[in-house]
Amino acid sequence: MEKFTTLSAVAAALPEDNIDTDKIIPARFLKTTQRTGLGKYAFDSMRYRPDGSENPDFILNKAPWRNAEILVTYDNLGCGSSREHAPWALLDFGIRCVIAPSFADIFFNNCFKNGILPIKLPREVCDQLMSDSTMGSNARLTIDLPRQVVIRPDGEEVPFEIDPFRKHMLLEGLDDIGQTLQHETEIKSFEHKVAGERPWMPTITLD
Amino acid sequence: MAPRTLFDKIWDHHVVETLPDGTSILYIDRHLLHEVTSPQAFEGLRLAGRKLRHPEMTMAVVDHNVPTSDRTKPIEEPESRNQIETLERNVKEFGVPYFPLLSASQGIVHVVGPEQGISLPGMTIVCGDSHTSTHGAMGSLAFGIGTSEVEHVMATQTILQRPAKNMRVTVEGELAPGVSAKDVMLAIIGHIGTAGGTGHVIEFAGSAIRGLDMAGRMTICNMSIEAGARAGLVAPDDTTFDYVRNRPFAPKGEDFENAVTFWRTLATDDGAHFDKEVSLRAEDIAPSLTWGTSPETVLPITGTVPDPAQEPDESKRVQMQRMLDYMGLEAGQKIAGTPVDVVFIGSCTNSRIEDLRAAAQVAAGRKVADGVRAMIVPGSGLVKMQAEEEGLDQIFLDAGFEWREAGCSMCLGMNPDKLTPGQRCASTSNRNFEGRQGPGGRTHLLSPAMAAAAAVTGCLTDSRELV
Ligand code: SF4
Repeated sequence: MEKFTTLSAVAAALPEDNIDTDKIIPARFLKTTQRTGLGKYAFDSMRYRPDGSENPDFILNKAPWRNAEILVTYDNLGCGSSREHAPWALLDFGIRCVIAPSFADIFFNNCFKNGILPIKLPREVCDQLMSDSTMGSNARLTIDLPRQVVIRPDGEEVPFEIDPFRKHMLLEGLDDIGQTLQHETEIKSFEHKVAGERPWMPTITLD
Repeated sequence: MAPRTLFDKIWDHHVVETLPDGTSILYIDRHLLHEVTSPQAFEGLRLAGRKLRHPEMTMAVVDHNVPTSDRTKPIEEPESRNQIETLERNVKEFGVPYFPLLSASQGIVHVVGPEQGISLPGMTIVCGDSHTSTHGAMGSLAFGIGTSEVEHVMATQTILQRPAKNMRVTVEGELAPGVSAKDVMLAIIGHIGTAGGTGHVIEFAGSAIRGLDMAGRMTICNMSIEAGARAGLVAPDDTTFDYVRNRPFAPKGEDFENAVTFWRTLATDDGAHFDKEVSLRAEDIAPSLTWGTSPETVLPITGTVPDPAQEPDESKRVQMQRMLDYMGLEAGQKIAGTPVDVVFIGSCTNSRIEDLRAAAQVAAGRKVADGVRAMIVPGSGLVKMQAEEEGLDQIFLDAGFEWREAGCSMCLGMNPDKLTPGQRCASTSNRNFEGRQGPGGRTHLLSPAMAAAAAVTGCLTDSRELV
């Protein structure tokens, strides 16, 4: 997983409550065999018109927000189905940080699992950040994870909370797998012990 | 050391390390893969530049999406074809032992594992599929996992887990003639409910369970999930060891003897603590089936459909009525005699040779009733071959059953074998949720003998009347 330390990027505002995972990625795109490549389906129903062409009014279809890496929304972001395809789609689109007053639990967890930083900030602060974001590329937001602040274009710093363990995982770019692999010595010695105690344990080899 | 259960012992044997928050890194002996839940995990490995840690402890097979008709033709549905081709590319790239579609060893992953001697007593076994619990019949700890966890096991050969609680379901006594393992398990689920095992691993014990062959024990453990349990287990004994001996991937010769010595130490110690205990009398169990859209809606075949009006709890009453409406049944009607349209004998619950023999015993010399479509889908290519050697295929074909290739088939209707709306199906599978076997389809879960009886009479029938 990519490390998350600081991010200075264009932010896009989606001033809506309850943006569910179906909106983030509709069910018909789940028959895939991949977790990458879902970016083109992110926000499908808002991003494209029924004839398949881009909806020019949708924020992520406009410059400079087409390149947004931060998303700011209202309450209960990521509610609905538990599909891990939702963070996969956001990440593939280029989003590394989502900011909202509140999140649905599973989506919140799934973000961390995929290297996306979800930040909870009060609704008034989200309003301010949304208004900052309208200045587009003239107004990049900076997320400083080590110091736990969002830096607004005028230099004002907004602190945020994060679980220390999750912060560590993001800073080091560790997913659960990376974390477990830190116990490589223990796993190796376990394997060694079993090979000694149960030498009859067969392996699966096909010719 | 304090007395321990079978589950405790297998758990203790596999803990690599317990982390400060109480989660354990649990070592996994066998990782089984199929085409539906593995592609993103392989891709994750590839993206992170990680290796599959132990291909020689991993096995892959295609089952969920495969056609069970003529396999020499290309697979028609593009998405199914893509998932199968993706698995084939992945197993090649990562060096995973694989049973391809056209191999005789191909079949439902939960049939293939034990049959090949890949699933062995005392092991931890995982697969991205909830019915992994089936392998618990070997006396192993076997459970289903999600796609992120599949990737975790691929990369680390471990999984992060907290221990489950211990539950024991004891069935003492002798089963009446014509009563099978499926009836026992339906009776258990009917008794404890679909949440009865939540948070627990269930050990099935008692003389009636010990008296079952391995196929029967697999049927029982398979449906532990429908009882809400994390996994189900049966203590390994001589029946288990006789089954394992000489399987292709089982230990051989002296290794086998040493393995058996170890496996004998696994049984639950006298006085070990169970958080929950339930017991049933074998004699009380009749051939059973479900009437509703939850696996706990169990009736003996001699019973009548329950009346929602008798249910004091309002929300349950509403739910019961909804089930009756969906299933097209009337409160108070005798369940026997209800006409069926389709009969499905197959799935990881009941598609082994013993299941086919039980069905053939009922079907022999009879004809599938007019207007009924009846299909037999063996659990693996090897089961199919064995049945053909015994002439069971001819019994079924003469009776008018379809004789198919191995796979999940109508258990979940991912391939073209589906029910159409309103069709009633007597099915040996494990889930009867609305639409499980096809949108609007009505499923009655029952044993292979009962399914065969429904096929030849055209209605739900007490199989004991036919043997
Ligand atoms: S047969 Fe049915 S329950 Fe078993 S693995 Fe296949 S789909 Fe799942």
